[in-house]
Amino acid sequence: MNAPTLGTVLHAPTSASETAASVNFAYLDERSKRMIRRALLKAVAIPGYQVPFGSREMPLPYGWGTGGIQVTAAVIGPNDTLKVIDQGSDDTVNAVNIRRFFQRTAGVPITTQTRAATLIQTRHRIPETPLREGQILVYQVPVPEPLQRLEPRETETRTLHALAEYGLMHVKLYEDIARHGHIATTYDYPVMVNDRYLMSPSPIPKFDNPKLHLNPALQLFGAGREKRIYAVPPYTKVESLSFDDHPFEVQRWEATCALCGATDSFLDEVIIDDQGTRQHTCSDSDHCQQRRDAPSAGAA
Amino acid sequence: MPPATSSPQPLLRVQQLSKRYGALTALQDASFELWPGEVLAVVGESGSGKSTLLNTVAAQMRPDSGCVEFRLRDGSLADVHALSAARQRLLARTDWGFVHQNPADGLRMDVSAGANVGERLMGLGWRHYGQLRAAALDWLQRVEIDADRIDDAPRVFSGGMRQRLQIARNLVSSPRLLFMDEPTSGLDVSVQARLLDLLRRLTHELQLAVVIVTHDLAVARLLAQRMVVMQRGRIVESGLTDQLLDDPQHPYTQLLVSSVLPP
Amino acid sequence: MKPALLSLNGVAKRFTLHHQHGTELPVLEGVDLQARAGECLVLEGPSGMGKSTLLKLVYANYRASAGRIEVRTGSDSTLDVTQASARELLQLRRDTVSYVSQFLRLIPRVPAIDVVAEALRQDHATDPDVAAAARAEAARWLQRLRIPERLWALPPATFSGGEQQRINIARNLIKPRPLLLLDEPTASLDPANTRTVVELIQEAVARGAAVLGIFHDPEVRAAVATHRIDMTRFRSTA
Repeated sequence: MNAPTLGTVLHAPTSASETAASVNFAYLDERSKRMIRRALLKAVAIPGYQVPFGSREMPLPYGWGTGGIQVTAAVIGPNDTLKVIDQGSDDTVNAVNIRRFFQRTAGVPITTQTRAATLIQTRHRIPETPLREGQILVYQVPVPEPLQRLEPRETETRTLHALAEYGLMHVKLYEDIARHGHIATTYDYPVMVNDRYLMSPSPIPKFDNPKLHLNPALQLFGAGREKRIYAVPPYTKVESLSFDDHPFEVQRWEATCALCGATDSFLDEVIIDDQGTRQHTCSDSDHCQQRRDAPSAGAA
Repeated sequence: MPPATSSPQPLLRVQQLSKRYGALTALQDASFELWPGEVLAVVGESGSGKSTLLNTVAAQMRPDSGCVEFRLRDGSLADVHALSAARQRLLARTDWGFVHQNPADGLRMDVSAGANVGERLMGLGWRHYGQLRAAALDWLQRVEIDADRIDDAPRVFSGGMRQRLQIARNLVSSPRLLFMDEPTSGLDVSVQARLLDLLRRLTHELQLAVVIVTHDLAVARLLAQRMVVMQRGRIVESGLTDQLLDDPQHPYTQLLVSSVLPP
Repeated sequence: MKPALLSLNGVAKRFTLHHQHGTELPVLEGVDLQARAGECLVLEGPSGMGKSTLLKLVYANYRASAGRIEVRTGSDSTLDVTQASARELLQLRRDTVSYVSQFLRLIPRVPAIDVVAEALRQDHATDPDVAAAARAEAARWLQRLRIPERLWALPPATFSGGEQQRINIARNLIKPRPLLLLDEPTASLDPANTRTVVELIQEAVARGAAVLGIFHDPEVRAAVATHRIDMTRFRSTA
């Protein structure tokens, strides 16, 4: 499939003949959807808490977003407009395949514009464009347990979460500062949700962490292999961990986007020729496109 | 600070503690009280029940019958086994210490010494890296670990150093009660001496109440003013350490004492 | 008459050796004894009569087989050592009874000056002012007992027998207590130090302590004794 150009407009809904008619709407059977929705309700009721769910066999292997796909499949309806991004881009392989999956099984309208979407599935980034009430952001999560590398025993981490014993996470941050002089975690940076649960925001860059806080949209997280679902309801307090004398800081670049000139978006560094010439461009392809299409409007 | 022994109420009260494993009676009707600043040695041979006693008192296992009461900081006496898991764990992390026989059981082996010492403080809400590090340095110095080892993980420490680190990790939260399970076993004699000296000083300086399980009567003599002797799950004799060692009454105590080879 | 600081009534001591077929070794029988403030009772008799045993019974290092041992703990209070709890006995040893045994129990790695000062720091182990004052007092005792200053920072394990004995004396007498139990305190000492120890005992008696002591040297006995106790009276006839 040829890589679509940036600035693709709204696609019309796929015709019925192109929908895989032998499969239920959005692939999952209704009972499975109900089970996942129950898990989602629980997750929304306990922000940041990992709810176990019966992850289904999906036509993608583990590690390719099966959790996110199941969450999307459980909540998507025919009136939704879907956007799928991977590392901020609509046109990488992962995003393309997942979008095509839902086109074939749900036949819903798709878009690359954050503003136009009602449902956004994402891997490893939060869109630059601020979200609004009524939008849902579905994150693909590889490892839902923020303490996993410090405490591999799930029996123990369950207890730690239940008792809100999170000293261990601060141990890890302390180690970073002792070893590197600063907190070395740059993605999947742990957060405290609603002053209660320690949560992994998925491998988004820490640059995106502030967007989790008091976001008007509903944020849902799905981990297919690990079989966990969690959620951050709209307008929830989400605080990145830090020390008083080592406060949380986001990444900054010296460069600006070579395509749109943005100074405050997350930039990818790209090598553009055989001489090794480097260029910085916005990771969020839609954001960059919007800025180029309407520069006078000063789209942020 | 008023003299510890004038405190009218015991810090720890153990009453009729019993524990069975099937047909085997591991512990039978063990009772004692402990006041602040007292070090109590629990001695006996393998299978005597001393570790079972320590573990049931320290809430690491449940007794079948009997009662363990601990005086909380507000002065009230709490039934330790009736506390919620959350409160027990909090107690174990703040007001109690537990020094394991094998230091690897009481340390995070792959995390730096500083983090090991600071963890309890972080669990108590300390959020200032500089202060955490300063507290860790202070404690490393008190247990005679070189300050420049603060960022090394205990995996590269010797056995004696690991044990001293374990002690620092436990004492940083100023616990009032310390449990120790054969803290010097497996260490070279000179290393043992150093550790025992450290324990002696710290328990005295900090007015810690200590329950120390040991099979080594010399350790009991050095560290503990009081002693209980266990045989087959029961406490057969108790009293002042020097009295039990110099004038043992019970046949088993006499056997233990006479069996020790003088160097 | 002043109240007794120490009172023994019908005290007996028999050792039962359970692993030697339950052999019983009777040592003391029917001990009745009283000591008052300002008195120095010297226990006399050949070895094996239980002199050291008697001191150890008072100190609760040995357990009496019968009888009562009452020590005055206050103007209106006494403690029966034979019935006291471990905690009460520890408090007795802290505040009321000093015991100079025949041997210095050696704790590795502790410098001599701290060995001597320890009793003065008991309640305030971390207070630096108390520590300094305690060490200063310990220094005075070490000087008086002629321990060379170069030894003060060393653990006593390498000291001579006589030096260890003097450390023992300083350590146990530095905190003035009402009742002193002394077991051969001058056994390894030269005449000069022996004289010093005699002075220390006389000073204790003068301040109102009661002393119970065993001295092999007849001159020392003569110098300190206010009463002589013939231990053969308490020999067990069993």
